[in-house]
Amino acid sequence: MSAYVIRRLWQMIPTLMGVILLVFFLFNWVGGDPAYLLAGLFSNQEQIDSIRAELGLDQPLTVQLWIFVKQVATFNFGNSWTTGESVASIFASRLPASLTLMAPLLIIETIVALVLAIGLAWVRGSSIDRGTMVVFTALMSVSILVFIILGQYILAYRLGWFPVQGWSEDYWKNISTYAPLPILLGLVVSIAPNTRLFRSFVLDEVDQDYVRTARAKGLSEPRVMFVHVLRNALIPVITFVISNLPGLLLGAFLLERFFGIPGVGREIILAVERSDFPVIKAVTVYVAIATMIFNLIGDVLYRLTDPRVQLR
Amino acid sequence: MNSMHSSIATGTSEGAWSQAWRRFKSDAVGVWSGITVILCLILVLFTLLGSLAANWEKEVAIGHAPPSWTLTDSDRIDASSGSAGSLPNVVLYEPTPTDVVDPIAAQWELVQKAVKPAGDQVNALATHLPMGSDKWGRDVLAKTIKGAETSILVGLAAAFMATILGAALGAVSGWYGGVVDDLSNWLYNVFHSIPGILLILAIAAVLNTKGTMAVVIILGTTGWTGTYRLMRGEYLKHRHRDYVRAADAIGASNNRRMFVHILPNVSHVILVQFSLLTVSCIKAEVILSFLGFGVPVDGVSWGTMLTEAQNDLLVGKWWQLLSATAAMSIFVTGLSLLTDSLRDALDPKVIH
Repeated sequence: MSAYVIRRLWQMIPTLMGVILLVFFLFNWVGGDPAYLLAGLFSNQEQIDSIRAELGLDQPLTVQLWIFVKQVATFNFGNSWTTGESVASIFASRLPASLTLMAPLLIIETIVALVLAIGLAWVRGSSIDRGTMVVFTALMSVSILVFIILGQYILAYRLGWFPVQGWSEDYWKNISTYAPLPILLGLVVSIAPNTRLFRSFVLDEVDQDYVRTARAKGLSEPRVMFVHVLRNALIPVITFVISNLPGLLLGAFLLERFFGIPGVGREIILAVERSDFPVIKAVTVYVAIATMIFNLIGDVLYRLTDPRVQLR
Repeated sequence: MNSMHSSIATGTSEGAWSQAWRRFKSDAVGVWSGITVILCLILVLFTLLGSLAANWEKEVAIGHAPPSWTLTDSDRIDASSGSAGSLPNVVLYEPTPTDVVDPIAAQWELVQKAVKPAGDQVNALATHLPMGSDKWGRDVLAKTIKGAETSILVGLAAAFMATILGAALGAVSGWYGGVVDDLSNWLYNVFHSIPGILLILAIAAVLNTKGTMAVVIILGTTGWTGTYRLMRGEYLKHRHRDYVRAADAIGASNNRRMFVHILPNVSHVILVQFSLLTVSCIKAEVILSFLGFGVPVDGVSWGTMLTEAQNDLLVGKWWQLLSATAAMSIFVTGLSLLTDSLRDALDPKVIH
């Protein structure tokens, strides 16, 4: 097991180098010269030269790449080009809002989708099952934007059940007042794809021999479904949830933007709008690292929960 | 089994594609969703040729004119009695600043006068339209159709680019193996370790140009990974099959074996991937345009319509939202159901 983990960590190095190269290529080559961007419309050559010297852009590409690698290794991406705030402190201050929103959402959506999936798998092939699947397909074809626009308009603006937008310093006020509507809308959006996926995981199990054995020895159907089937169907569900955990770092771009939540997602969109490259570079590299690590954790958990899986 | 009997009787066996077609035809959901998708594509073709919704930018109604079908009978009577004389449902034309920026307004007026020289209703603005009008009095139905053209074409083009990239890289990787495979796998791992939406935003940030082409490039260069993995697997599987070895034995070149012998056998994977990617690219275009990184404001797509619809909704004008949402769900649902049916029909291993 430990040999496997070490090898996987070792294999991450080329991938990480690839991510760094890709980000470097995008921002230093495709992105053009940021000095013109920073200097603004009315600038002279001296200003541009001084900005280039400050950012190290007058150095050869290999030196610039080395600077970037050092930035990644030391977690020091410098300061935002627009606000001057250090990139590290931007993330430290934006992450709590994203987590306040995303952590409850992830827990609730997983539980709800799993219960629905088992319910649908229980009545598989019936008109309820097929009807729900058709409704879910239709729901998934409606843009996320529509759910958020309508939800915000009807539930907050018209009915006044929730505040239209806002955020405070106090965690309890956020979770009790500002977060519920975004969480509810996130749930509505994710319920259809998650239930479909989890249902397929459950259906993979219901025809297995051990399920037939459980029924043959006279167990009740709830016990078969919720103890025997659920325990095995949970394995891919856990892997799925774990590999989605880095998404917590990104927050929910659209929800944060619509509801004025000062999270990481909104910060990234702002950074893209302002061409604030250091922020985007940092988040891309670190989320990629987080994704790799969580994928590994997912695989290891898979191994621990399912003895049939052999990791080599 | 029926096909086997008939093939013995006629001496020729039924091809894989005609078998798939036979399976597809028996699937009612698939056929109807296929018809829906084809109708939408015909609509797009007509807008491309300019015979439909070409004048979507023309101010044809008062601002925020409601859809006709929401009016009650008493509204209609009010509307007709309220307008001057013999022209029901119209008000007299008044120049607005919108016409100043409309580059074809002058010519359009001339054309209109040439067609209908007598009437004053040439420039009259309707008080209601089938799907209402937007803030600037443009016909929402025409906008929706024109927006469908943009969204569907962007979706198809981006999906095409992503599928070709993924399929080509996957085929080469699976076929040659070795260093080529290692390099491609490395590239796949790199792209795969960055969450899709983040990569899309990063490329949007560096491209820093807005427009339909930018959306196609962004979505095309980020969406290839799934197709790559599937195609690599297929080529690995087929590489050592007997028919490929037989082709090798009669001296078929690498390219010939890859593209003439194996490709037809894995083309159903490409088709299904293309269709799946089109759905996800259309959805992504809508979000990119909404965030302001996609179709620019002087164009129209379902995404820009939803952006406008958000502001319309605040003043109680819901029809643009309904129109864009309905159009998008019809096409996307149709295409999703069609993909499911295609997958079932093209995979002979699925029990029917």
